[in-house]
This record gives sequence, structure tokens and C-alpha cells, in this order.
Amino acid sequence: MTGPDARPLLEVAGVSVRFGALVALNQVSLGICHGEILAIIGPNGAGKTTLLNAISGFYHPYEGRIVFDGKDRTHLKPPDVAALGIARTFQNVALFKGMSVLDNLMTGRLLKMKGSFLLEALYWGPARRQELEHRAFVERIIDFLEIQAIRKTAAGRLPYGLQKRVELGRALAAEPELLLLDEPMAGMNVEEKEDMCRFILDVNGEFGTTIALIEHDMGVVMDISDRVAVLDYGRKIADGAPEQVRKDPAVRDAYLGVSHD
Amino acid sequence: MTELLYGIAVAPFKDMAGSPAFFAEVLIGGVFAGLMYSLVALGFVLIFKASGVFNFAQGAMVLFAALTLVGLIERGVPVALALVLTTAVMVALAWVIERVVLRPLVNQEHIILFMATIGLTFFLEGFGEMVWGANVKKLDIGIPDRSFIVAGIQINQLELSAAVTSAVLVAVLAVFFQRTRIGRALRAVADDHEAALSIGIPLKTIWMIVWSVAGIVAIVAGIMWGAKSGVQFSLSLIALKSLPVLILGGFTSVPGAIVGGLIIGVGEKMGEVYWGPLVGGAIENWFAYVLALAFLLFRPQGLFGEKIIERV
Repeated sequence: MTGPDARPLLEVAGVSVRFGALVALNQVSLGICHGEILAIIGPNGAGKTTLLNAISGFYHPYEGRIVFDGKDRTHLKPPDVAALGIARTFQNVALFKGMSVLDNLMTGRLLKMKGSFLLEALYWGPARRQELEHRAFVERIIDFLEIQAIRKTAAGRLPYGLQKRVELGRALAAEPELLLLDEPMAGMNVEEKEDMCRFILDVNGEFGTTIALIEHDMGVVMDISDRVAVLDYGRKIADGAPEQVRKDPAVRDAYLGVSHD
Repeated sequence: MTELLYGIAVAPFKDMAGSPAFFAEVLIGGVFAGLMYSLVALGFVLIFKASGVFNFAQGAMVLFAALTLVGLIERGVPVALALVLTTAVMVALAWVIERVVLRPLVNQEHIILFMATIGLTFFLEGFGEMVWGANVKKLDIGIPDRSFIVAGIQINQLELSAAVTSAVLVAVLAVFFQRTRIGRALRAVADDHEAALSIGIPLKTIWMIVWSVAGIVAIVAGIMWGAKSGVQFSLSLIALKSLPVLILGGFTSVPGAIVGGLIIGVGEKMGEVYWGPLVGGAIENWFAYVLALAFLLFRPQGLFGEKIIERV
């Protein structure tokens, strides 16, 4: 948290999201700094996924601002957010189930492909070259995530743990600056969790990708995150280093219930 | 019994061998009819690929395109200009459909989108009737409905131009969808709206493109059918005839729509001419549906469709 890297890459300022009378997020302010791994935790229904959806443009806050890289992007739509360099995964894996793993990852490259559709159709050569370059990039991701053996398999046929891994791969294919992961380890066994942790740490370490993730497994959260933010009933109740958050009485109350003595 | 078997398995083939020129004519007739089915099926496939929506209104779009074209020509607009204007109308229609029908229904169940296209069908038919009137119109775009004879085989000029046009259209579409990244984007959009948005595919643009292209395909289909049998409201029913074509070819395959159309076109003509007398005719009316039923039982994804995989 020191030095030039401390300036926030993404700043959420006083954001509220409502669904009718339900206030899912209540004036939440949160900064995500360059190069850090931020874990967002909280009990079920605390507003974690809503926050992620607001950042990636699926929901729009009725008050507050979201600033990415110094530019206001509060009201951008999902494709425009993606174009800024924010990639995400979903809580209930959103892969293209009928497409192969390779094709799924290639869709992650769509934003990086240049030129108009019409020109592509006319000049076969350059389009072909471009395709090969992107293919090479995707192959590197496949190697990195150790999914060589399933590259031709339809995504829908894979076991859940692998689907999550492929979804991470698709997000990585877009070379994002900020990666949002919604429960990347939900429903995984210990071994799969360890693999996923290693990938997340490697992505952060090797590519310097800033990562914000939602996770319920406290062991994982304490191990891999640089900072932890805690949401409860749509409010942020704590924000700080893992150790510090763990000791926070407000956080304990949120998870264990308030004692009345 | 033997007589019946003879009638099914031997006599028709003897007839074919006995008069090859007639056989060729029947075959060509079937190919032409099949290409017309393919043209309509193509419009379905495009929209299904991009949105997973079975667009019930494709037949009505064919009718609407033909009505617009005929209406403009009747009012003294030159054919070329009328074509350009009709194209503009179909693109505008695509824009309106995206805004008014599709956009509010993003992420809804497919059945809801399907219902919306049924509504669209009624709207297009009613609106077309309101603007252009309900009487049967003759569409004349300058291709004579004459026949000429090559090597003893009669070929209809109108049907020939329909075939050539379809072939060109299919080639152009194939290049557009296979060679550009839009093909992959289309499949992505059809598979999962939310995920497609998150990786930066603008749903609006994709839908707009696809519905416009489907509209243009509808114009071509409308011209061909209209020139053959007049522009009338039964035109929107040819949508029903292209349903078996889709089941045969696979809902997601452009080549499938073409091959499926050809199989059905040729199959029903052959069936009618050579096997029809056995059952008193009218095979042409049900052949396509029975074939489709057989496919549904044994190969539900069609000849070229993507296999539906479900993890249980």
C-alpha cells in the first residue's frame, strides 16, 4: 500500500444500487489499487455480487460514481466496460457451453481483433494472420492454466471445477487490467482450490493484473489477498489487511451474529 | 402384396431409367423448389444462430418484403430504386425490432422471445395489409417466366435465375460468417447473452446486423416466390414449409439450410411423380414433415447442427 502503486485503479465512490424498495448496496466506497489482490467478503446477500455487477456495468447505481483509471464510467454498458480492460467471471459459470474450450478462449480475444467485418471477408490473408496470432496467445493461456488436454472439448461437458478454470482463461484472454472474479473457488475440492489459488497468484505476479475477488473460503481469502473488504447488508463494514479484518469485532458480529450480553 | 412391393421398389426406378430426360426435369424442378425453401430457411438460421430465437416471423418478413417491393413498383417506382428502398425498409425494420422487441427482452427465456416473434408475425401481416392492400399482386421484375430446352431438358428461366441468386447469396453469407470473427461472436451471443456482454460483444449491433441480413434474405425469397406464384398473404405460410428444412439441416448451420432445402425439394418432387400414384398423390404435401419427424427421432440435431450436450 505504499509508493506509486497506491493510487486506485478503480474507485467506487458512494455507490448505491436499488431493486425497487430493496437497497442492495448502500453508499459503498471502495478503492482497488494497481496490482493488488482485493478480496470482497461478507455473508450471503451482503451485496458482493451486486457490487461486481455495478463495476462491470450490468447494474447502474442510482447514486455515486465509479471511476476507472481516472475516467468516470458509472453508466457504461457491459461491452464498453469490457473494452476498457475490465474482465470478469460469473458466480454460476457463464461459458459458451456448446463451443470448445479453445473457441471459448478465442471469444475472449474478440475485442483485440482489428478491422471491419467487411474488409476481413474481402482480404482473407490478413484476417487469417490475425487469427493465428490470437490463436498463439490463447495457446499460451491454455498452457498456463494446464488445460491442454481439454482444448477441443465442449465447455458444457467439463466438470464444474474445470469450467471455472476455462472461464478464468476466457477473462485472461482479453488481457484485462482489472480482473473481477465472482466466487472462483465455489464448489471446488481442496486440490482444485489450491490450483485456482496458484493461478490467481501467478496472474497477479506475472502479468501484474489487478484482481478483485469474491470468496467465502476464509482460509483462501487470508492466504492470497493483499487486502480484504467486508460487506454486510449492502454496507461496507471493514476494509484492511487480512489480519486486521480478521480481528475486527464488526466483522465477527456480521458472521456470527451480535451477542447480547 | 408382390404388386405393391413392385410398385414401391421396382417400377419407379424402371420409369426413371426409361425416360432419363423426364427424370432430369423432375430432378431440376426439385432442386429449384428446394432452393426456394432454403432461402427462407436461411433467414431462420441466421437469427437462430445469433440469438437462439426461433423467428416465427421470417415468413411474414418474406411477405412484407415482397409486398413493399410490389407496392413500390405498382406506384411507378423503377425496379432498381424499388429494390434499394425495400432494402432500406427491411434494415429499418431490423432496427425497430431490435429496439422495441429484442432489447427489452434480453436475458429472457427463449420461449418468451419466440412468443414475441409470433406477435411480430401478426403485426407484419396486418401492417402490410394496411399499407399495401390485401389483394393478390403480380410481381414482375423483368425476368420472363419462359422455358428453354438444353439437351432435351426443359429449363425455366425464372427458376434458373432463382437458383443462381440463391447460390450467390449463400456464398456471400458463408464468407461473411465463416471468414470473419463475427461468426464466433454470433455463436457466443446465441449461447449466453450475459457472458457475451461481459467479453465486450455489443449485443445490439450483432442483432441489428443479423436481422438486417435476415431481412435482405427475405427480400430475395420474397422476389422469387412472388414472381412464381404472385404476392399474396399465403406467402407467410412458406415459413411452415421451411420448418422441416431446418430440422433436416440443423438450426445453426447455413450449409445445412441449403442441403436440407435441396433434399426436401428433390424428395417431394420425386415422391410425387414416381411414388405418388401408389397412394393417390399428394405426397408433396406431407413428405417434408414425415422426413422431419424421422430426423427428430433419430438425429435431432439435424445433418449439420451442433450437437446438444447436456450434463446430467
